[in-house]
Amino acid sequence: MSAGAATAKKQKISVPFDYSKYLRAGKLPHIWCPGCGHGIVLKSLLRAIDKSGLEKDQICMVSGIGCSSRTPGYVDFNTLHTLHGRAVSYATGVKLAKPELKVIVVTGDGDALAIGGNHFIHTCRRNIDMTILVYSNAIYGMTGGQFSPTTPQGSMSTTSRYGNIEPSFDCCELAKASGASFVARGTAYHTQELERILLRSIQHKGTSVVEIIDSCPVYYGRQNKFKSASQMMEMIEKDGTVSVKQADRLPPEKVEGKLLRGILHEAERPEYCEEYQRLIDKVHGK
Amino acid sequence: MAGEKKKRLMQGNEACAEGALYAGCRFYAGYPITPSTEVAEVLSARLPTVGGKFIQMEDEIASISATIGGSLAGLKSMTATSGPGFSLKQEGIGFACMAEVPCVIVNVMRGGPSTGYPTGPSQSDVMQAKWGTHGDHPVIAVTPAYVQEIFSETVRAFNLAEKYRTPVMVLYDEIVGHMREAITIPEAGELEVVDRAKPECPPEEYLPYDQRYEIPPLAPFGEGYRFHVTGLNHKDDGFPTNDPGMIEEGNKRLLRKIENNKEDIWCNEDYYLDDAEVLVFSFGSTARSARFAVRKAREKGIKAGLLRALTLWPFPDKALKDAASRARAVIVPEMNLGQIVEEVQRHVAGPAVEGIHRVDGEPITPAQIIEVIERYA
Ligand SMILES: Cc1ncc(C[n+]2csc(CCOP(=O)(O)OP(=O)(O)O)c2C)c(N)n1
Ligand code: SF4
Repeated sequence: MSAGAATAKKQKISVPFDYSKYLRAGKLPHIWCPGCGHGIVLKSLLRAIDKSGLEKDQICMVSGIGCSSRTPGYVDFNTLHTLHGRAVSYATGVKLAKPELKVIVVTGDGDALAIGGNHFIHTCRRNIDMTILVYSNAIYGMTGGQFSPTTPQGSMSTTSRYGNIEPSFDCCELAKASGASFVARGTAYHTQELERILLRSIQHKGTSVVEIIDSCPVYYGRQNKFKSASQMMEMIEKDGTVSVKQADRLPPEKVEGKLLRGILHEAERPEYCEEYQRLIDKVHGK
Repeated sequence: MAGEKKKRLMQGNEACAEGALYAGCRFYAGYPITPSTEVAEVLSARLPTVGGKFIQMEDEIASISATIGGSLAGLKSMTATSGPGFSLKQEGIGFACMAEVPCVIVNVMRGGPSTGYPTGPSQSDVMQAKWGTHGDHPVIAVTPAYVQEIFSETVRAFNLAEKYRTPVMVLYDEIVGHMREAITIPEAGELEVVDRAKPECPPEEYLPYDQRYEIPPLAPFGEGYRFHVTGLNHKDDGFPTNDPGMIEEGNKRLLRKIENNKEDIWCNEDYYLDDAEVLVFSFGSTARSARFAVRKAREKGIKAGLLRALTLWPFPDKALKDAASRARAVIVPEMNLGQIVEEVQRHVAGPAVEGIHRVDGEPITPAQIIEVIERYA
């Protein structure tokens, strides 16, 4: 290797990613508060989509209702902003009617796991090809900070003024038990890792669920005495999680009470639309 | 033999499924419920034979949601239900109104409220069909009374949905839903089949809610027109707006597109109307009893007549006012405790208006209607 090439390698200037390719002109600024994790996640997602090589026309992004569910309005795909909890059901209709579309669902922890819980588990069960991204900030952001199914016990919210007495869901365990064939967890803190996870989830055939731990500094943060958005990210997303790759090597006390990050489950299962096509072929004697 | 039509003995719900296929329905999402389940059963078997998609969802909310999704992806889509399921579908119906997504919702009416009387007929969802989802919104509902008509009205429901970019409801009751009658399946081309208008402009110029059209063309997802759909009040480009003027105009345009086209949407049957002094206004299976009652009254020399609505929403006020202007009384038999009779009262000044109501799960008989006709003879 010549000296010149070596220097070039060392000094490799990374070209900034051009997000504008995927953002809709004139639709920004977004509605998200300063410090909100949703925008950071969007950046990882757009980089992952870019790496996937999918064309914009091929992608249909579907969401429910909530701060996170506003994402489709900003991106230049076929976009469908539906009703609270129903995103995966609308997405099922789109996908089954037009299997050649790559369907990506953006949903919040309240949207997917509370009002949409039934739709969520049955979508996983069918293993219909779609990527479900659950933006999990442990609160109902859009309605002003009520507790959600992922709010930890004891946490403050506008409807748990003395601390939340309800146990929370583990979104990933739920998805796995329901039949999702790809289950992973990432955070808004680990942006590069999240990008890799999202790419894998998009490339997966079948229902893939990625729980993305992010923060709502405005409602969860303030009520639970976090000093800043960055402190929240450090405490919840960085220190509150551990990579599944490291977990085995760490002493139990370093893993206990932490959420695992990374790909948690991957399985080969028949995909719904392909099964349906087989059924059509069978009916036609093929 | 050529030219000779095939007659088939068919159940109402089966005729609905066959009508849907004739109209080009290629997507169905539903959840089983008596007395509508046969629609789903037939379509689960028939849709794959024409390359269409059938899916049984986990509930009625998911069913209407998937139906709307299927339509946005470009397929003519339908869901069917009854009573409690119709209640659950209301939020999706509102979304389809707001986002202007064509789809057909069949409601085979059974007794209510609540779980009510699952195996008995009723006509008590007619106001829910109009006002069941929140907010001001347009509604089209058709009310077939015969098995043959369930076929043709389902076709018409699809045509109206696709033409006006709106959900259309097919309302019939358990009686015709489960009745078997001989029907003739029309040849291809015999009944009009309307497909939605698709945009012809370049994608960058496409506005899914283009104000220059009364009913803007709708592009299917995935064909180069990348647009946004939301249930929020939106601008002509489909993106949400907080502008009071745009919100008001958007809401009014929704109503206008139906109001301005009532003549095209309406469909009635006139029976001895020209000189009717005692008018019966009816719809659905009750109108079968009403028709019989009118004929019997005529045999007795009473000038009775029937106006039967095949389009119940938008309400056929023009035909009603016209017929009522020559009448002494308007009788409104309906299997509920007085829903359409109040609508009739709103539009009719002069003649007496009297309802005949029944909610015991039994049909209104011709004798019940004749008795009231005779009182006004
Ligand atoms: C049927 C219905 N019920 C309630 C609401 C009110 N609502 C809007 S967003 C929301 C919660 C959103 O929380 P989440 O899904 O966690 O998303 P986030 O805003 O935190 O991103 C609720 C309860 C609604 N829009 N529709
Ligand atoms: S309310 Fe919370 S979730 Fe919503 S945008 Fe603000 S910070 Fe994000």
